[in-house]
Amino acid sequence: MPKLYSGAEIVFKCLEDQGVEFIFGYPGGAVLPIYDELKNFNFIKHILVRHEQGAGHAAEGYARSSGKPGVLLVTSGPGATNAVTALTDAYMDSVPLVCISGQVPTHLIGTDAFQECDTTGITRPCTKHNWLVKDINDLEKTIHKAFEVATTGRPGPVLVDIPKDVQFQKAKYTKFKRQKKLNGKIHNKFSQKDINELIELMSKASKPIFYTGGGVVNSGPKASELLRELVHSTGFPITTTLQGLGSYPGEDSQFLGMLGMHGSYEANNAMHDCDLMINIGARFDDRITGKIDEFSPKSKKVHIDIDPSSINKNVKVDLPIVGDVAEVITAIIKTIKKVKPNFTKSNKQKISKWWEKIQKWRSINSFDYINSTETIKPQYAIQRLYELTKDKDTYITTEVGQHQMWAAQHYKFDKPNRWMTSGGLGTMGYGLPAAVGVQVAHPNKLVVDIAGEASVLMTMQEMSTAVQYSLPIKIFILNNEYMGMVRQWQELLHDKNYSESYTAALPDFVKLAEAYGCVGIRATTPDELDDKIIEMINTDRPVIFDCLVDKQENCFPMIPSGKPHNQMLLGPKDQKKNKITGKGKTLV
Amino acid sequence: MANSKSAYSTPGKQGKLDTHIIVVWVDNEAGVLARVVGLFSGRGYNIESLAVAEIDSKLNISRITIVTTGTPQVIEQIKLQLKKLVPVHKVADFKREDKKVIFKEMALFKVVGNNSKKDKALKACKKYNPVILDKTKNSYVIQITALRREIDTMSKNLKKFGLVSVSRTGAVAMTRGSDTFR
Repeated sequence: MPKLYSGAEIVFKCLEDQGVEFIFGYPGGAVLPIYDELKNFNFIKHILVRHEQGAGHAAEGYARSSGKPGVLLVTSGPGATNAVTALTDAYMDSVPLVCISGQVPTHLIGTDAFQECDTTGITRPCTKHNWLVKDINDLEKTIHKAFEVATTGRPGPVLVDIPKDVQFQKAKYTKFKRQKKLNGKIHNKFSQKDINELIELMSKASKPIFYTGGGVVNSGPKASELLRELVHSTGFPITTTLQGLGSYPGEDSQFLGMLGMHGSYEANNAMHDCDLMINIGARFDDRITGKIDEFSPKSKKVHIDIDPSSINKNVKVDLPIVGDVAEVITAIIKTIKKVKPNFTKSNKQKISKWWEKIQKWRSINSFDYINSTETIKPQYAIQRLYELTKDKDTYITTEVGQHQMWAAQHYKFDKPNRWMTSGGLGTMGYGLPAAVGVQVAHPNKLVVDIAGEASVLMTMQEMSTAVQYSLPIKIFILNNEYMGMVRQWQELLHDKNYSESYTAALPDFVKLAEAYGCVGIRATTPDELDDKIIEMINTDRPVIFDCLVDKQENCFPMIPSGKPHNQMLLGPKDQKKNKITGKGKTLV
Repeated sequence: MANSKSAYSTPGKQGKLDTHIIVVWVDNEAGVLARVVGLFSGRGYNIESLAVAEIDSKLNISRITIVTTGTPQVIEQIKLQLKKLVPVHKVADFKREDKKVIFKEMALFKVVGNNSKKDKALKACKKYNPVILDKTKNSYVIQITALRREIDTMSKNLKKFGLVSVSRTGAVAMTRGSDTFR
């Protein structure tokens, strides 16, 4: 007679076999049997959050900074619905999450029982897949399948809903052997012919550009190394999306900066004028393309992606290559070495004119701003933060809004997995709990959440989590008392009608920090900023840094709309002062 | 739309819409139809008709036949998105005009009236293999199998012969000849 385990025990056996070390969660009636078993499984550390959304974002931060799937454990009903925002966020940004939720006992399902909700129904559109486990004998294979689905192909969140009676029932458990290569639903589907065709296009191109995204980061650190090798060996310019930051060194001379709505002038112009665009692991998001009809009209487009449904979804491409980024780049590099060993030399001449043009765009210095000696400019604050933390292998998370764009523009990343931001869903309140998750994964690293005062208040309660587990996260708030990006759009598009975008009552963040049991620091003038930042870095406890910045500053450059990439709106230093009018208003 | 002050782009030109029949082989498990249908509603795709039933009770496979309209790009997305669903095994796609594929729908008509009317109704259905499933002194229930537009026409034409109720299925499809879709 083999040993029988309860459903709750099986949950932990599975997590153990999957190598899970941390779970982020919050107990409740329908998951109590699982919480009851926690004490018997010492390999797992449970991080008690203050709200299930925080558990989800913390698991995301953990996953994105470590490359491992993030696990969260929530109760039925409100526990599950609170996790929905984080699951959707992970779905949009392709973050592997496994959410285990409790459910009311099977005989009560469908009776509107206390804390019952249709969890699998609610989370169906925001997960890769979900399961309601009604039979204890299905539990083991379901959880292992859940990890497989979350981590293979294009990663994403999954949910396993376990009714309370199933957590008590007993079944056998057979030790799970992780296959070396999981056979996910999506395999590499490219052939050598595709690679040859790409190299043919590359050798013909006189105005090429690499446009790379989060797929490079998701493919693992090896993919970023390979990307560097590929870009160096070709001499082509490269731009990355918001999610791709860090996959290529931010200070490298071939790097044009981020592209898109608030991307650099040179990146967007190069995208518009190029004759060959090589998209590696990006998805032609609408913040990138602007008006589709006028997006990069003269280029041949190549799209390398692991998800076949990303190809031709928004932009029609000439050469699709379906496969894992690391493996595709390996094949490209190998073929170049074999077929065109002196590719760089022969190509340098051909693209030198292109580089001249790019240098001209670059000289505009589009991220520039007018600094001040009286008030702290938000861009200046991020530049100083970067200068003072760049030697420390710092991990940065952000909230959503102007501060996020400024961080993307002015903080330069040199390695992948160092930049965690909510791009697809744009979830205000992401950064603080994400920082908690990052710090859990990297206890000895400096983790900074570059925040806005409005965003950070949405999940501020997680400071309490940081304090409980002595996670010394730094919340660097660029406080302008406005929902800055909303204010900016209202200024530019809605005749300065600042409807409800000013927060007339804000907490005193320094006192708030003290109330939570952490450290509060405030900077009000540019000349004290450096000292205060250094003080923050040197504090080995969680810090809320209240950086009072210019309230009117806008985020430039931006693509005003109805306009293609080559007609960007530049900052106040720009003489031309393009006005956004009429049709242009719709795209911003 | 042109004057809307939104954070999003204005719609581009819409391409030509085609009607396609999409056949999906899925594991017959709880919620699978909701996943397929939810994908259509969630992404704004259109469903004209739907037919679903288990076809292999041993392997637990169901076959879902969906008639949909969309631009070539949208149809391509529908197929790729369907293939990503975990319980989906394979996806086939046929154009409505495709001569190599048979499409059939079934309809039940209830006609109420005197003998002359009932017989006229039956005669009108002659082309579509009518079967009388139920008859009483003053009514018939007639079953026909035909194409969608033929059933549309019949439902209109039978009105004058005392048609009181129509029930119809979605289309089912199968390729002609000895080949099967793999």
